[in-house]
Amino acid sequence: MLLQNGIPTTEDLETRIPPKERLAKGPVVMIECFQEIPCNPCNTACKQGAIQEFKDINDKPEIDYDNCTGCGLCVSKCPGLAIFIIDETYSDKEATVSLPYEFLPLPKEGQEVDLLDRGGNKVSQGKVVKIRNGKYEDRTPVITVAVPKELSMVVRNIRVGGDGK
Amino acid sequence: MRKTEIAVIGGGPAGLMAALAAAEMGAEVTLVDKNNNLGGQLVKQTHMFFGSEKEHASTRGIDIGKLLAKEAQNHSKIKIMNNSEVIGYYPDDGVIGIEVEEEKFVKLKADKIIIATGASEKFLPFVNNDLPGIYGAGAVQTLMNEHGVVPGNNVLMVGAGNIGLIVSYQLMQAGVNVKAIIDAAPKIGGYLVHASKVARLGVPILTSYSVKAAYPNQITKALERASIWKVDQNWQPIPGTEKVLKVDVLCISVGLSPLAELLWQAGCNMKYVPQLGGHVPTRTNDLETSVTGIYVAGDVAGVEEASSAMIEGRLAGLNAAKSLGYDNGTYEEKHQEALNQLHDLRSGPVGEKIREGISQLVS
Repeated sequence: MLLQNGIPTTEDLETRIPPKERLAKGPVVMIECFQEIPCNPCNTACKQGAIQEFKDINDKPEIDYDNCTGCGLCVSKCPGLAIFIIDETYSDKEATVSLPYEFLPLPKEGQEVDLLDRGGNKVSQGKVVKIRNGKYEDRTPVITVAVPKELSMVVRNIRVGGDGK
Repeated sequence: MRKTEIAVIGGGPAGLMAALAAAEMGAEVTLVDKNNNLGGQLVKQTHMFFGSEKEHASTRGIDIGKLLAKEAQNHSKIKIMNNSEVIGYYPDDGVIGIEVEEEKFVKLKADKIIIATGASEKFLPFVNNDLPGIYGAGAVQTLMNEHGVVPGNNVLMVGAGNIGLIVSYQLMQAGVNVKAIIDAAPKIGGYLVHASKVARLGVPILTSYSVKAAYPNQITKALERASIWKVDQNWQPIPGTEKVLKVDVLCISVGLSPLAELLWQAGCNMKYVPQLGGHVPTRTNDLETSVTGIYVAGDVAGVEEASSAMIEGRLAGLNAAKSLGYDNGTYEEKHQEALNQLHDLRSGPVGEKIREGISQLVS
């Protein structure tokens, strides 16, 4: 349970998973924000009109998925590190997950890393496809990693230099 | 004796904003802080802040601190006294006693005083809670984030509020293993996004758990193990539920209490408000205490978040300046904006406790 261990349940996640049809079209945002807290920088960061303006700063973000281009400019701006970009069209068997990663050492593009679920358990291994770590990301690098397609809604962290278990 | 129009005591987020706001209105300000560097607790907050753009959301606390400190240092109306600890306030003649650089005693007389002294950490009673290796979360942050020293190898974090969760994340970033985060409450007190962040790292969060005892290494006498146990709905430990964790660091993060000594000395009307962390002063909506001319802002007025501390600081600064007749023409607008911002930050479910607390204090 989210309130007891910080891990969202399937029911929690259902409210946040983008529509199937939208996932089939390419990269799209998934915001794992389940609590009304006073915070709105995701809206400020979104230049596509996808993350809607907040009526009340305590609202949870609302997304117009048709406007989302999956650009990912919101990922490094979320103070809760709760924003991910999912691309289920990456290849036949693989999807990509872009996630915020504030740990050293950073992986290199092409490097094989452990893929972890929301509880930090290793679920597979995958290749880092892209790293964005410029001035804009401001020390919250965004790592895009290829994952088995069936794990696109499972993988939410990576481990560099894992033990391969 | 030195004189100033507005003395701001404490150079953290609230004090810095108070000094800047008062100076902007045209008042002459002396900002007194006991540390060498301004910024208060901001100097060790490496995470991004919440709130909106106006409150520097998405900027790291440490960067906000630098930004505000630089602004204050460059402001011609602000005189900064750092390494200067206020050690007393004498209400009869309105004099603030300050120990400068631990050797000089300086007297300061101010027309208005803004007290922004922050809060200190609460401690927890359990067997052997004085062993080397047992820290407050703030000390761990100072060691790691200011001095670049890790406190040990394996940590038990006690308290799943925002500070406990954030410091756990920072420990993991520093390569220190956090074995578990426990909290006696039945649910996580901090923001769930912070909890999810540490959960993704594989750190278990155990709610309804408390510390039973700490055990020393026979040779070093420092912490080697800690035992935890489950607590029931009435916060009573349940025998037989003990777990032993091999840890060399136990980090306590069970809340803060306002550092209100100067308010007591000044004779401010104080009230015990658990929702705000302890004894806090009654005040007007404009943050003036029951003693005319003494204002409060930030955690000393009630333990909350840095974002609201900054806005309270601005509000207190604006009002203290205005009461001396200073207004650069923007007072009305800025005053209303600050009130609106505070209202917005506190209006949601996570602000409920704060709203309840403040409603007991505002006259």
